[in-house]
Formats: sequence, C-alpha cells, structure tokens
Amino acid sequence: MSRIATRFAALKREGRGALIPFLEAYDPDLATSTAILHGMSEAGADLIEIGMPFTDPMADGPTIQRAGQRGLKAGATLLGTLAMVRVFRERDDTTPVILMGYLNPIVAYGAERFCADAAAAGVDGLIAVDLPPEESDLLAPYALNHGLDIIRLVAPTTDEARLPLVLSGASGFIYYVSITGITGTRSATGADLSAGIARLRRATDLPIAIGFGIRSPAQAAEATGIADAAVVASALIETLAKDLDEDGHARPGTAERVLDQVRTLANAVRATRVAA
Amino acid sequence: MNKPFLRPPSGQNSLRNQPDDRGRFGFFGGRFVAETLMPLVLQVEHAYEAARRDASFQTELDLYLKNYVGRPSPLWLAERLTRQFGGAKVYLKREDLNHTGAHKINSCMGQILLARRMGKTRIIAETGAGQHGVATATVCALFGLPCTIYMGAVDVERQKPNVFRMKLLGAEVKAVESGSATLKDAMNEALRDWVANVHDTYYLIGTAAGPHPYPQMVRDFQCVIGNEARAQMQEAEGRLPDVAIAAVGGGSNAIGLFHPFLDEPSVRLIGVEAAGHGIDTDKHAASMARGKPGVLHGNMTYLLQDADGQIQEAHSISAGLDYPGVGPEHSWLFDSGRVSYVPVTDDEALEAFHLCTVKEGIIPALESAHALAHVAKIAPEMKPSEIILVNLSGRGDKDIFTVAAHSGVTL
Repeated sequence: MSRIATRFAALKREGRGALIPFLEAYDPDLATSTAILHGMSEAGADLIEIGMPFTDPMADGPTIQRAGQRGLKAGATLLGTLAMVRVFRERDDTTPVILMGYLNPIVAYGAERFCADAAAAGVDGLIAVDLPPEESDLLAPYALNHGLDIIRLVAPTTDEARLPLVLSGASGFIYYVSITGITGTRSATGADLSAGIARLRRATDLPIAIGFGIRSPAQAAEATGIADAAVVASALIETLAKDLDEDGHARPGTAERVLDQVRTLANAVRATRVAA
Repeated sequence: MNKPFLRPPSGQNSLRNQPDDRGRFGFFGGRFVAETLMPLVLQVEHAYEAARRDASFQTELDLYLKNYVGRPSPLWLAERLTRQFGGAKVYLKREDLNHTGAHKINSCMGQILLARRMGKTRIIAETGAGQHGVATATVCALFGLPCTIYMGAVDVERQKPNVFRMKLLGAEVKAVESGSATLKDAMNEALRDWVANVHDTYYLIGTAAGPHPYPQMVRDFQCVIGNEARAQMQEAEGRLPDVAIAAVGGGSNAIGLFHPFLDEPSVRLIGVEAAGHGIDTDKHAASMARGKPGVLHGNMTYLLQDADGQIQEAHSISAGLDYPGVGPEHSWLFDSGRVSYVPVTDDEALEAFHLCTVKEGIIPALESAHALAHVAKIAPEMKPSEIILVNLSGRGDKDIFTVAAHSGVTL
C-alpha cells in the first residue's frame, strides 16, 4: 500500500482527519525551507505538500506568487526540490509528500524522467494545477508506471456530467478546491463545503482534502469534520513572509514560527473527531 | 449567404481543418487550465460551435464589421515602395484603416457578440501595448458592458495614451504588478480574475493563443483579413500572391492572413518574429527561432524559457510583439514547414517604419513594420512579375512616442 493510502487508513482508525500543510520549495532559501520541511511531521503534519516554484502560477494569489518568486530567486529547480525530498526521506519514511506545481517545468525536465526521479526521491503524489483530465496523458501514464498518485482537483464548477471524467484515473486522494477563485483570497462557508463534499462522496471512495481558503485552526477543524483532510498554504506562507527582514531574508527562528502555526492547526484538527 | 471563413474545409489533405476535437494542432494547443476554469472553457467552446453554425450570428457579425469596423479594408498597391525595392510588386492589406486602427477589432467584435449570446454581463481582457485593450473597451462601450482590462504596470507606464483611451471608453484599467509586470503577467491576472468570477464574466483574449477554443476562434474571426485579401488580389491581378507576409507576436493577424492560403502551395507564407536586439542576444521575442515547446496560458506551444522551464522575459521595440510565446497553430505550421518564420530586429523594423511613412504616406504600427522590414530584404531578389502581399496590421500613431525616443526627440 502507498504511503498516502497507509496514512489515510491509519487516520481513519484513529477517527480523525489529516492536516496537510504546504511549503514552497526554497522559500525564502534552501536552508529555511528544509528546516520547515523537516520540522513539519513532528509539528503535526499528516501529509506534506511542497510547491514547486514557477514564474507564471496562474491559479495562485499574491501570497503564493511571491513565495514562488522568492524560491526562484533562491535558486529553486525541480532537481533541487527533489533533493529536498530525498534528504527528508532519510529521516522520515512514513509521512507522505505531495508535489504541487505547474506543468511547464515538468515538461522541460521530461515528464517520464521527472516521474522516475520523483519516485526515487520518495515523492508519493503529484498535483499539476494546469493539467485537467483532458490532457493528463502528458503525465499520468508515467506517474502510474512509477507508483506516483495523480491527485485530481475538483472545483465547485465541476458539474455532475464532468465529475466521472475528473475522478477517472484519480488516485491517492481528491483535492477539493473549495472556492471559485485563486489561492489565499477568500473562504467557503461551512454549508457550501458540506454540500460540495457530500456530492463528491457519492461519486468516489477516495479520501477528500479541502484546500483554498483554509486559514485558521477553526477552519481546519471544520474542514476535517466535513472531509478527510485540510490543506493550509497561504496562511503559513504569510507567517513566513511577515517574519522576513527588509531584504527578504529569513531571521533566526523564522522556520520555528511557521512550525508553531502548524502545531496550532494540528491541535485543532486532532481535537476534531470524525463522525463515523 | 454562405460564408467560407467560419467554416474551414474538412478534407483529409487540407491544412485548414485544424484543430482536432481536443483543440490540438498536431502536438500543439490543447486546454491546459485549472479544473475551476475547465467547465468555462468548455462552455465557450460549445457556445462558439453553436454560433459558427448559426447563419444569424454570421449575418449580425458581418453587419457590424461593415458598418462599424469599416470593412472591407482596402488592398493598396504600394508603388513607391515597389520602386524603392526594385523587385516584386508590393501590396498592403490596410488593417490600419479599421476602426481603432488595427486588426484587433475583428476578433473583439466576434467575441463580444458571442459573450452576449452566452448571457455574460462583464468582460475582461489583457493587453500589452494597449491596442487590444482599446479595441475591447470600444466594443464594450458599444454594447454597454462593463469591462476590466489587465495591463502590466510597466506597460501602463510606457503606454499612457492608450491607458487614457481605455478609461475614456469607460473601462477599468488594472495595473498588474506581479511577475515581470508585462503582457504575460497581465494574462495571468486576467485568468485569475476569470477563475474568481466564473458566473458572469467572459474573457476576451486578444490573440490566437490560450486554451482551446480561443486559438481557433480568434483565427476564424481574423480570417476575414485573408479572405478579403485573396478576393481583392484576384480582382486586381487575376491571381494569388507569390508571398504573403505578416508579423507574429501571439500571431492573430498572421494566422488571419495565412489561413485562407494554407492549401495553396504556390503561395509562400512568411511570419516575422521580433528579434529585438538580435536572436543571439537575451533581448528578443523570437519564440520559434529560440524557444522550446512548453505549456503556458492554457496551450502547448513554443515558449521562451530557461533550461528549468521557467518563462523568460521577451523584448521587442514593438509592445505588440513583446510576448514569450506564440499561438499554437503557428507552432504547428513552423514544425510542419508550411510557414517560414524569420527574425527582424528592432533597428530593421524602425528603418522600415520610416521608409513606409515617407514613401507611402502611411505610418505603420511597429508590429507591421517588422513585416515590411522583411519585404525590404526579399523584394529586391524577386522578379517584377511576382507579388508580395503584406499585412499592414495596424497604424503607427500609437508608436510615435517610442520612435521619437529612439530618434532622440522629446515630444
């Protein structure tokens, strides 16, 4: 069983949902993002999502755009991001790692070689934001060959007619984009989430994570009460960004402040029992 | 009336039956957008499919093109330029005489009629130099629709007259500070707006690029250029041109000129890319000459990018060509060899700009001046019995500040 399936099965037995915190590779530098990555599972991350910086992140709001720009300025490449995962795997062989990014750097790297290298580094799943199911033959066959899950996005705009296509070939978990909008802007209401997740549950047995707009411990708790996991990204990056000095460099303790926030979020998620 | 231009032939051996059902031109094109946008992109595709099969849509569009845009645009035999070059006969397709001064309005008119059919009540667009923004703001004023134009902050600064024009027309102009603050970032920001306003908003893309169906739809609307030119050339010369030339940024004026000639092997087709300071410098916009295939703004196409797949800045003296990608049909025509793509530098374009202005009394857009600069290279080598058709895609009034700055003149 894959690390992702194993982790969700274990959490189900525990009767709680998962916290999936996000970090952008090399933001603001390799050492700080490595420190955040290494501290995350101890701080309560159940799965970890790593953003791969891209010059033109069209689904992201200003917070993650700037994180990507800082990452690129610090020298982020796919090769470097995979190296971060490889080093992390030497310390932690159980926490699933998902890479999230845009297609072009993967195409430039070579989709097949990228899947091979990502699997070898210890990556468990891929989210390619600008790869809808209609185009997935560019990446999915190679991911499948190398045992990587392709995590599909489902949005509020994904209608009933389209849902089976989006779910076909999905594995690992489903990422429910909770709002029509970009990352880090607004949040869905509990009622909207409940309706959206109920619709998805009828169509898939895969675990469901909610992302986009989850910022506070209360929102994370609410999301894991409705779905199986909560992704928190922009709120963590804002904490990091606020802590940087005027030149955009990390200060002593920057990583620790991000991890403190992960701990707070994790406590809220762990205190929420899932209705059986 | 049976109009050919929204109904390309479907024969097996035609180069005019692209894209396929997936919106692919061979390997290029497609629909590389986030899931949130995908249902909208499909909605546009279905609406466009229905519209182009509906004779009343065509009739309505024709009426606006004739009485509002001022079509057909003339085909002008440029006798003094022809004598200057001393070879082939040079004809100019006068898209500069359209309302708003460029070919952009052809596609804006088609798309705004589509948006109205779809019941959309708000329009967004991206713009680089501001020409597409002005054309969009114009059709929005005409139909009383609110519109928001995204423009890189750098471009807002260097294209002030067009920013003011858009505002006069009632548009809201949003300066985009993200990324490199130019056209590609304006397009990112427009896509972000669309994702957040899916229910009421239509994204009016300015060139034959983006996710399917935009490359096909914008091409179809721009084919009015090539179809008219073809008929006008038959009337003037009783035959087809030997060469058709157009400048290529995103490539909408070029594909509109080329497409009706794709199945005519006797017509050489030449697209001119902006070589900026030279294609062997790091300041150019020649995405086919120096780029690699990749995915940006919803389509697979040639892109200027580094070895890690990060998108690079484009440079051209012509803001309309200053884009690191190109429409996917051009990528396909480039790979297949049907169209040749050649580079022209800033300096060569400026020289052609001045030459056309003094010889013909026509101030060409700097984009169009790139096409003219290549004519200056090949016309002298051709026979006087041969014919070159050039797309004069826009007028150069918008460029006088850039040209003045280059000539050391303060206006």
